Amino acid sequence: MLSDYTIIGVFAIVAILFPIAGLLTAFVVRPHKPNPIKRSTYECGLETIGETWVQFKVQYYIYALVFVIFDIETIFLYPWAVVYNRLGLFALVEMFIFLAILVAGLIYAWRKGDLRWV
Amino acid sequence: MSIIDIINNPVAFVGDLLKSVLGGFLPSWATTLILMILVVSVILGFLVFTMLFMTWMERKVVGRIQDRLGPNRVGPLGLLQPIADAIKLLTKEDITPVGADRVVYNLAPIVVVIPALMVFAVIPFGRGMIATDLNIGFLYIVAISSTSTIAILMAGWGSNNKYSLLGGMRAVAQFVSYEIPMVLAAVGVILLTGSLSMGVIVDAQASLPFILLQPIGFLIFLISGVSEVNRSPFDIPEAESEIVAGYHIEYSGLKFAMYFLAEFISAFAISAIATTLFLGGWQGPLLPPWAWFLIKTYILVFVMMWLRGTLPRLRVDQLMGLAWKVLVPLALVNIMVTGLVNSFTRTQGWWGIGWSGSLLTALTFLVANFLMAALFVWLYSSRRPAMAGGASAQRA
Repeated sequence: MLSDYTIIGVFAIVAILFPIAGLLTAFVVRPHKPNPIKRSTYECGLETIGETWVQFKVQYYIYALVFVIFDIETIFLYPWAVVYNRLGLFALVEMFIFLAILVAGLIYAWRKGDLRWV
Repeated sequence: MSIIDIINNPVAFVGDLLKSVLGGFLPSWATTLILMILVVSVILGFLVFTMLFMTWMERKVVGRIQDRLGPNRVGPLGLLQPIADAIKLLTKEDITPVGADRVVYNLAPIVVVIPALMVFAVIPFGRGMIATDLNIGFLYIVAISSTSTIAILMAGWGSNNKYSLLGGMRAVAQFVSYEIPMVLAAVGVILLTGSLSMGVIVDAQASLPFILLQPIGFLIFLISGVSEVNRSPFDIPEAESEIVAGYHIEYSGLKFAMYFLAEFISAFAISAIATTLFLGGWQGPLLPPWAWFLIKTYILVFVMMWLRGTLPRLRVDQLMGLAWKVLVPLALVNIMVTGLVNSFTRTQGWWGIGWSGSLLTALTFLVANFLMAALFVWLYSSRRPAMAGGASAQRA
């Protein structure tokens, strides 16, 4: 059981070292001649006007909220799906009720116009 | 060990050989560790090779679709083009823009590669050719692959560029939205298999691949998968015509290459996962298992390139509308239908009575999927008088 996860650890270490090694090689090989014009922010040849970190519309956060609800729902769905064949009709009906509540939430958000990107 | 066994699983053969050689003078834990590092390195080398090959393949395929030749100067058929690109990117000057958040800016290209590589720890490349067959395999994939969103937001945020920030925010909104239909589409397969382990999922498809039982689930998974790996027509976060290149606009040299490495490897990963879940993984007659796996995966990779050559980019509102108004309801209905039909076919006793049972099961599922598709086409049809869904709501 634990040995299954040892290789995940090895994988993680190698996956972290690989891009670092690549970037270090590039650091040694590549030229390094910065100047102010090269280092300016790319924006069609003009200087950036105002702050870069601008305000974002609330739409993004609404989607994030809907996402959290549905993501947690999938966490409940996966164990149910795994043991589905061993459970009886009761589990099926119960999961249908659970899904129906969520669909009701989705329809509510839809009707309120929260899913419309403006 | 016969020659057939060696062809079918060359990795196990080499592994056993090394184990017997190293076991002679090293303690067993050291042998295990060295073998693990070797397995990981082999997968890593394969992935880098795959990425190089896919850049060549993409340019050739898209070139042909657009009535061009594609790369044909460097090496035979332009096959050495990726090598030339790699050398060029390695020796290119790296520019850090003024005002960039240096830590986040430099960390992002490293972070973006890690989840793309780590997903392959649980992908079965062939019979017995899986780094580790975790019992929560698919959950691991979902968990790991969703972290790449953070890296893309880091890149968008750290670059101190308005286009980057817009690209990063769009990427988060898109990846978050399409993750839901993707994981919901997989629930159908998990329900049929009764396991999250990738090895068990492949074994369960010995008689019939799940694409016959879950055609709509497969479509949902593929569409949201293409969107998850940020490929055309869903490449809104890096739309060249609107926000120039989105989150990687300020990156150059090998840091830029890291994003492309991650993107191509993720595209390969999505194809590999779709192959494992729906197309029967490495199952197939005559050819060795790993060859079947590669053939099926590359067919899906080709479909992705084909999509890129055929479809124009979606608008942001269309993109989000497709995820939340079409794919999520469809995936939820798909779970319910799969649950019902699964119970029905099992109480009829059609599972595990040879190919006639498989045929009956597949037919029942196909009819159910067809009815479901017909219902959704009818619901979303623009000819119907105004309803909450479909084209009429998008115009409102």
